[in-house]
Amino acid sequence: MPMSTPVPVAVALEAKPLPAAGLRVGVDTVEIADVAASLQHFGHRFTHRLFTADERAYALSVPALSAQRLAARFAAKEAAIKTLNLGQRGIDWRDIEVRRDDDGGCHLALHGRAAQRMAELPPCDTALSLSHDNAHAVAVVVLLPRQGTTSLPHPLTPPP
Amino acid sequence: MTMAHPDDSAGTLDAQVRAILDQHGRLNVAAANLAAGADLYAAGLSSHASVNVMLALEAAFDLEFPDRLLTRGVFQSIASISDALAELHAR
Repeated sequence: MPMSTPVPVAVALEAKPLPAAGLRVGVDTVEIADVAASLQHFGHRFTHRLFTADERAYALSVPALSAQRLAARFAAKEAAIKTLNLGQRGIDWRDIEVRRDDDGGCHLALHGRAAQRMAELPPCDTALSLSHDNAHAVAVVVLLPRQGTTSLPHPLTPPP
Repeated sequence: MTMAHPDDSAGTLDAQVRAILDQHGRLNVAAANLAAGADLYAAGLSSHASVNVMLALEAAFDLEFPDRLLTRGVFQSIASISDALAELHAR
């Protein structure tokens, strides 16, 4: 391979702007033991206040996995709240729903105020990744402007 | 724990909120040592713990927080929680 003159990093970054400039990322982590404690203490009120019927059906179908599944979903909701800048708007957690894909992945379905917030933004897609170990669940939500659309404002304009 | 109605004296309401925070908030300090306006998130309140606090408040005062009050700001301090409870009771 022929040797070439090293390009200063700063110059390289200036010459090649990130193609996904304008994307937004939110992350949240939840202790699974905390969710298990909430399940035990608040029971039905905890599950029904935070999770949709489909989320509950999936998470509670295997009691041994319920806490970690609910923890991952709660982390996803909080990550989405960060990504969409909904923290001061007031949001029903059930308006941010985690749905499972046939290939084992997950995606977000937005309802109510969350969907309304999404509609205020330039056209964009969401991506969701969930993970957990024995102690923690984590979720990452990415908001990606669709190709050919204006980049998302940075930072997002706080909602009214 | 026996809870009084949120239309009781402000001091009583403040004490009730502090008791619930001690039980469910997982703060890194006792609520008694916090000023009414102190930032609860800075004191260790996590998003999940704030849900527990909300559920405990709803049970204690027999009310439900509407979506518009499920904001980070409402659970920011003992004073803001107390204000929300008073507002809900006044409706």
